[in-house]
Amino acid sequence: MANSYYDPADLRKFGKITEWSEELGTKFFDYYGKVFEEGALSAREKSLIALAVSHVVKCPYCIDAYTKDGLQKGITKEEMMEAVHAGAAIESGATLVHGVQMMNKYNKLSM
Amino acid sequence: MESILPKKKAKKPMQKSLKARDNELAVTNRQLEILDGGIFADGELPYFKDKIAEIGHFPLRPKKLEILQINVGYMCNQVCEHCHVDAGPDRKEIMTRETMKQCLEVIKNTGAHTLDLTGGAPEMNPDFEWFVEEAAKAGIKDFIVRSNLTIIRANKKYHHLPDFFKKHNVHVISSMPHYTRGKTDKQRGDGVFDKSIKALQELNARGYGMPGSDLRLDLVYNPSGAYLPGDQMALEKDFKKALDEDFGIQFHNLFAITNLPIARFLDYLIASENYEDYMYALVEAYNPAAVGNVMCTNTISISWDGWLYDCDFNQMLDLKVASKVKHISEYNEDVLNDRNIIISQHCYGCTAGAGSSCQGTVA
Ligand code: SF4
Ligand code: SF4
Repeated sequence: MANSYYDPADLRKFGKITEWSEELGTKFFDYYGKVFEEGALSAREKSLIALAVSHVVKCPYCIDAYTKDGLQKGITKEEMMEAVHAGAAIESGATLVHGVQMMNKYNKLSM
Repeated sequence: MESILPKKKAKKPMQKSLKARDNELAVTNRQLEILDGGIFADGELPYFKDKIAEIGHFPLRPKKLEILQINVGYMCNQVCEHCHVDAGPDRKEIMTRETMKQCLEVIKNTGAHTLDLTGGAPEMNPDFEWFVEEAAKAGIKDFIVRSNLTIIRANKKYHHLPDFFKKHNVHVISSMPHYTRGKTDKQRGDGVFDKSIKALQELNARGYGMPGSDLRLDLVYNPSGAYLPGDQMALEKDFKKALDEDFGIQFHNLFAITNLPIARFLDYLIASENYEDYMYALVEAYNPAAVGNVMCTNTISISWDGWLYDCDFNQMLDLKVASKVKHISEYNEDVLNDRNIIISQHCYGCTAGAGSSCQGTVA
């Protein structure tokens, strides 16, 4: 057994999840592949969205994968960092907007 | 307390070739040992031979010869980090006029429709212009010179090259790693981007690369790091848009080429601890549909000293053709075409994704 929760080499084995549940795994990978195809959004735009979300969900595998994907698509490091900030801004905004709940509760409880 | 802020990196000095550095990879056998050993010898990844045997392509055999690729020398004004030739100003291997004459004989009689001059920087061979003038007389259909662009601006004596190319209706294919300065200079050296832009503008001014022009100007893109090129069409679209909007530059096609794990790129992969991941990525992207069209199936590569190879990569690994005819002095197309192509694990670079050759994708 590995003595850490994350091993970069595990990313290569992602496809193996299908072995323990053929139908669901295959459905997932078909769906996944379809999502990232060129569509109303370009594959390039979707790659940047994926990179931002990877950071928000803090998945080290996804971060590795979509940094590499961005490089392959000729995306610059400035574009990548702006995408990460977009994700981070939503995440911090989502925390801060709960401040209103705190204010409401505070006001309700106070005389 | 340790700061988490990054320390400023020292500027890199101008590189030397592996050969000048006496790097162990300058010995081609060492490169082959690496490509045959490690994760392949362990059985973690399959040998290329076994992969192509699955689809009945082993031994790999040539089809009709279409392209003669002549490497007129390893000297170059640049020392790009990814260079599979290990070229640079310190390389002294240069084709002599004697060998060029032998090549001209072959060019006159070949069934190939394309002549492809490469290097190093082919223009740095002192007999380059003489050779182009003579070769142009043979009336070959497509006459390519692979120019790194900066050479045109490197020295006054090269400033007339765009006119010279035009005069002989040479098809210019040039490398351009990215449409931004930062990425280009990182791969190819400081100042390369600005010089390349200037050279492209000069070629455009002669009519090269303009829409509908017969003066062909194509660009080669190869990744500046341990990753595979993305979709060639999408990249071409991005390059065209950016180069036109920012600099008013036009070109015809973009060829997306995969870096093969040999010479300086192999050195880089090992030093940056990317070698295994890169080989995994190549094997994972293996596309059986590309195998039948890999470059060696329609090309013969000739080295500065007249030896014959299946491709420019095998030339750099010193794997001469497996044929009775091994040298330009004894050239015989029929005998040569009846040979088995020599392969190793670097060949996975030609079959990844949409495939890769000096003319871009193949599948
Ligand atoms: S990649 Fe081309 S331009 Fe760069 S060093 Fe090699 S031969 Fe010269
Ligand atoms: S590296 Fe050379 S021999 Fe190998 S597949 Fe590519 S072109 Fe053919």
